[in-house]
Amino acid sequence: MTKLFSKQNLYKTIFVITVYLTVMLMMNSDIIDSYLFLNLVSIGINIILAVSLNLITGFTGQFSLGHAAFMSIGAYTSGILTAKLGLPFIVGIIGAALVAAFAGVLIGGPTLRLKGDYLAIATLGFGEIVRIIGLNWDYAGGAMGLNDIPRYTTWTWLFAMIVITVVVISNFISSYNGRAVISIKEDELASTSMGVNASYYKVLVFSMGAFFAGIAGALYANFFYFIKPDSFGFMKSVDILVIVVLGGLGSIRGSIISAIVLSLISLSLQGIPSLRMVIYAVILFVMMVYKPQKWFGKLKRTIRKEA
Amino acid sequence: MERIVQQLINGISLGSIYGLVALGYTMVYGIINLINFAHGDILMVGAYIGFALTSIFDFPFLPALLISMLVCGLLGVIIEKVAYKPLRGGSRISALITAIAVSLFLQYGMMYFVGPESRTYKDVLPGTQVKVFGTGAVIDIKSLYIIAITVSLMLLLQFITKKTKVGKSMRALSEDRDAAELMGINVSRTISYTFFMGSALAGAAGVLVGVYYSTINPLMGATPGLKAFVSAVIGGIGIIPGAVFGGFFLGMVETLVSSLGGSLFKDAVAFLILILVLLIKPTGLMGYKNNEKV
Repeated sequence: MTKLFSKQNLYKTIFVITVYLTVMLMMNSDIIDSYLFLNLVSIGINIILAVSLNLITGFTGQFSLGHAAFMSIGAYTSGILTAKLGLPFIVGIIGAALVAAFAGVLIGGPTLRLKGDYLAIATLGFGEIVRIIGLNWDYAGGAMGLNDIPRYTTWTWLFAMIVITVVVISNFISSYNGRAVISIKEDELASTSMGVNASYYKVLVFSMGAFFAGIAGALYANFFYFIKPDSFGFMKSVDILVIVVLGGLGSIRGSIISAIVLSLISLSLQGIPSLRMVIYAVILFVMMVYKPQKWFGKLKRTIRKEA
Repeated sequence: MERIVQQLINGISLGSIYGLVALGYTMVYGIINLINFAHGDILMVGAYIGFALTSIFDFPFLPALLISMLVCGLLGVIIEKVAYKPLRGGSRISALITAIAVSLFLQYGMMYFVGPESRTYKDVLPGTQVKVFGTGAVIDIKSLYIIAITVSLMLLLQFITKKTKVGKSMRALSEDRDAAELMGINVSRTISYTFFMGSALAGAAGVLVGVYYSTINPLMGATPGLKAFVSAVIGGIGIIPGAVFGGFFLGMVETLVSSLGGSLFKDAVAFLILILVLLIKPTGLMGYKNNEKV
């Protein structure tokens, strides 16, 4: 049992507060303008999405290609709650998270019996179904999308949600339940024979990931005014998966860093729109085949050894 | 009655295209267990090659089809050598993301070279309407050509996999890779042949899609790619007759749903069937069960 007020936790808290205050200060003194803030918001949303998908794919080993669908469900829930019904943001966020988590139970219950590629295909199908339903749902604007969502997402909301996501998921992983979840990834058969209820934990983790993806969706909807079903298609799910894989399956810190790095890469490519996706594809390919991100790990280890 | 026959022919010709693409998915999956997401984009490349040959160089249909198949086959082999071979034996997820990267590369690379706008295929097949005897249904003769071409390609593939040495080594490899290697089968070469055949079929399908729908664009591969993939899974991924069956099945269901007035939801229906099939019989309708050993 680790202490709540250990030295490490103290350092982490100080770090978190420093980051929060620095950005707040920079915003107040106009160093961060609205364009920079927009990028900050998409990085933050990507961090939440990546960490929550890492719980499903990285820690539990359940291969999901439909994470954007939960984000979409969250975005639409919060959009309808805040724009159509005029409710406050906190209701939008909680509603988004709960509806997404419920969808996670609904889809996870039957499909999580599948393994590996088959689960990936089923979640891909689920994502497409959600997108097509959105395209044909007239109340929420159909293919035109949902407009005039009030802008509630501020730095404080964003940062609070990131911290909550990271703290909850990392504590979950290091708990009794987290060990059960990791044992499922290592060897499902063995962990079942040790008495771990694999299907219960898989659905639990799936709906937890969906819960946080729903929050990310709410933040997205209430920042960009406007959402449409095509923003949450297959490619968005792939983007999230790419962040998780590059950061390392089962590494929360890695997910956060790679969310930042990949967002910066795609930002720096915005100057050449015609070649942007081609270069992005090449970078992806190089990272998968030659794994330069592993060199950083090696570098860090050698530095540590010498120190 | 006329409408039924007409929809039936439409469904079969659409389904035969799906089946043709699904064959490539299924062959690749059977042999290296990789969902080749770039497969739909090879179809797109095939459609553009066909377009360039027929519209710019005035080739007749059949040579254009064959050249497109050849080029796409080679493209498939190159993609395998460059992108997938280094990851052989690595993690599934990296291979899958690499496949998606290749797909993006083909889509946006093509867009960079030919521009994002759609292009219109020349009428290379006679587009006359024919009456089906006795029923009064009028069908486009194009659909009949498409069905004839796809069915003969499928028969050719069936012949290759069942009767030739290459086909035998392909089947052996998908059955048990280590054992096949011990028997002296050249794994790399067999994988190359598989990619060549699968991609050549996708190239042929690309030309046929171009002829059938008459417009092409650099992102056109995504939808038939996904649909073909769904067909492959419905029939049982890794099983060659299953892909053909899945293709026809999906084509028929889609035309049925459209003709009943649900054309907006036809894609959703396809994925719903996919999920249902996965839940009821994950190995596909024509698949066999593999028990997990402890």
